[in-house]
Amino acid sequence: MAIDIQMPALSPTMEEGTLTKWLVKEGDSISSGDILAEIETDKATMEIETIDEGVVGKILISEGTQNVKVGTVILQLLEDGEGIDVLSAPASPEAVIEKVDEPIVLAPVETQSHQVIETVAPVEMDIPSGTAMIETSVRDALRDAMAEEMRKDDRVFIMGEEVAQYQGAYKVTRELLQEFGPKRVIDTPITEHGFAGIGVGAAMGGLKPIVEFMTWNFAMQAIDHIINSAAKTLYMSGGQMRCPIVFRGPNGAASRVGAQHSHDYSSWYANVPGLKVVAPYDAADAKGLLKAAILDPNPVVFLEHEMMYGEMHDVPDLENYIVPIGKALVRRVGSDVTIVSHSRMVGRALEAAEILATEGISAEVIDLRTLRPLDTDTVIASVKKTNRIVCAEEGWGQSGIGAEIATRVMEQAFDYLDAPPARVFQKDVPLPYAGNLEALSIPNAQDVVVAAKAVCYKD
Amino acid sequence: MTTKPKHHKTTKKDLLQLYRDMLLIRRFEEKAGQLYGMGLIAGFCHLYIGQEAVVVGIRDAMAEGDQMITSYRDHGHMLACGMSPRGVMAELTGRSGGYSRGKGGSMHMFSVEKQFFGGHGIVGAQVPLGAGLGLANKYKDNGQISVTFFGDGASNQGQVYEALNMAKLWDLPTLFIIENNQYAMGTSLARASAQTELYKRGESFGVKGIQVDGMDVLAVREAAKKAAKHARSGKGPLILEMMTYRYRGHSMSDPAKYRTREEVNEMREEHDPIDMVKARLLKEKWADLDDLKALDKEIKTIVNDAAEFAKTSPEPDPSELYTDVLLEVEA
Ligand SMILES: Cc1ncc(C[n+]2csc(CCOP(=O)(O)OP(=O)(O)O)c2C)c(N)n1
Ligand SMILES: [Mg+2]
Repeated sequence: MAIDIQMPALSPTMEEGTLTKWLVKEGDSISSGDILAEIETDKATMEIETIDEGVVGKILISEGTQNVKVGTVILQLLEDGEGIDVLSAPASPEAVIEKVDEPIVLAPVETQSHQVIETVAPVEMDIPSGTAMIETSVRDALRDAMAEEMRKDDRVFIMGEEVAQYQGAYKVTRELLQEFGPKRVIDTPITEHGFAGIGVGAAMGGLKPIVEFMTWNFAMQAIDHIINSAAKTLYMSGGQMRCPIVFRGPNGAASRVGAQHSHDYSSWYANVPGLKVVAPYDAADAKGLLKAAILDPNPVVFLEHEMMYGEMHDVPDLENYIVPIGKALVRRVGSDVTIVSHSRMVGRALEAAEILATEGISAEVIDLRTLRPLDTDTVIASVKKTNRIVCAEEGWGQSGIGAEIATRVMEQAFDYLDAPPARVFQKDVPLPYAGNLEALSIPNAQDVVVAAKAVCYKD
Repeated sequence: MTTKPKHHKTTKKDLLQLYRDMLLIRRFEEKAGQLYGMGLIAGFCHLYIGQEAVVVGIRDAMAEGDQMITSYRDHGHMLACGMSPRGVMAELTGRSGGYSRGKGGSMHMFSVEKQFFGGHGIVGAQVPLGAGLGLANKYKDNGQISVTFFGDGASNQGQVYEALNMAKLWDLPTLFIIENNQYAMGTSLARASAQTELYKRGESFGVKGIQVDGMDVLAVREAAKKAAKHARSGKGPLILEMMTYRYRGHSMSDPAKYRTREEVNEMREEHDPIDMVKARLLKEKWADLDDLKALDKEIKTIVNDAAEFAKTSPEPDPSELYTDVLLEVEA
């Protein structure tokens, strides 16, 4: 029987790719380990190997074809002694193959929320009218922020695993090595405790390090230096010793990477005096807040979201676009209920607000942007108007960001509340690997809708 | 890698068994790569292809009841410990038939029965854990040893040195196996390590180390037998640095642009652990090509059966979400 070789998924997020080049032709004998073709995915160009032996029967997708869906049969392989006549039409009718000349535009993960951002104008941003907007990915916005600050101040440098030669494990530091050289873009061994400490020491010594953690999960090895060495030093030295450093990287659940790689540390770092903690949602904030973080004289913990890196948003085309740390943003104005969230959850809150609107509930959506210091004023002002609040976050509930917000609202606006605050958060279990269980664990827009209706006493 | 395989003594039965064990891992991993490509396995998936001789040679030198622990690159270790291909593959697909009932995934599997202690996602973490297993052995005076595997990249972790110090201080019955496959993700050994002879890493604590050709399963087995005897006799830990190589990218989504095709091909063609054994089997006339073909077929059947099981085993029941978080306190 001929073997159908399919377009493989080569990354956790890949849905389709370009078949850039065939390295075999019909009639070639191949065996396990031979390279069949080059494929361009959403992240990189990869080679695909065969694990089977045989003769290349038919090549079904020609070189240069874009948007080839994962699972499409791309080649049929003949086993020992088979002739070409055994080949029949491949059995994957659902795969649509189009040859297009346009560049590939990968669908953003959350198209819904993306649209919401475009239609509801942000309320508090200080952007001069007429400013041009450039569609930028969150990934590139972060990169641009670092590059701009590195150009301005040669004390700024970046260190971390795979940040230089590999161009970043998630490509956030792409091309920084080329521009700034190995003195300022430094690859480290896999020694988080050590290099976080070296970063803190360099900051004490007058530099402005950006320390990238491949993910925040691994910064658990470095948390001693982040808290004991960076956060507490100014205080312990009676204000003498400064530590201007940015710790950054992706935080929270990615996709199907299991419990040890899917932890949201928002509330952990937000608990610590001496730190500033930032968790942006869109590309403009990612850029403006990261620049503010690099300029800040304090240690800043900067929590990104891997699932947001590829999302495209408008970024103002301004010389020096800075978003101040410590100010929340009202992303959607409403009158019936306040929804407070941060990072990727903002997208889900906006989605929920859209759904609620169709049911006659007007939701105000606040993006906290900074978790320490918390912009309580913006939240309280909103609650005084709506009299109801839902706190939504991706992390666990106990001692979480929502718990803190709810407490502050009760302390400062108790008399304005028409319902007890509601919280939406990750299920109280380590994140499971199985697809169905993972989906059950992480809060979605529907969970926010349900909570909002509950505080509005609607069904 | 310059070491040419020495002619280690062996028997027909032994060599065929080692061949079979390595081939099972190779075919299993190839299948896992394929299932990943089909979207049936998600997240991170780190293949062991190229490194098979290390775990197979070492496992063969271990005794029943000895413990094994490793990193996320763990499929080969589990198969070598005798865990079922079905259970491992079904965990890779996140199904209820998997060793962690779908809740762990590729990087997190365990078997109390086979004394396999995981499956750890944080680089270096398994090293003190493995020394701790050794402490338990000594405490219980049970005559067992623990064997801890970690990478060249992990060997730079501070916790490795804390563990080595205590392991020697207390002469724990434990072995540290460094799988030096020359790369930690995209970083070559020389770009991350000031001192690249990893077997020397225990010197300042008095932990002796030996460098071994990790592509030669018989060399691995010989070295591991001696080391196991040493650890079991109460003389404390040893380091074995296994010189090996991974053929595939770090994980499925790594394009591996940091090394050349030629480098990979050289290892594959000149040093492949399975081909080397195959050549010896043929040379000694312990098997002919037909025998080996039949064996390959048999292994493929096992692997295909595992894949079929992993595809059809149901997803975990939603109620599983809340199980296994804490145990009830027994009255
Ligand atoms: C503490 C920590 N930092 C970073 C990572 C991301 N990471 C996973 S594997 C890896 C490379 C490890 O290389 P090595 O120890 O040589 O093992 P190999 O993958 O080659 O088997 C890195 C950096 C991690 N899992 N844990
Ligand atoms: Mg390695």
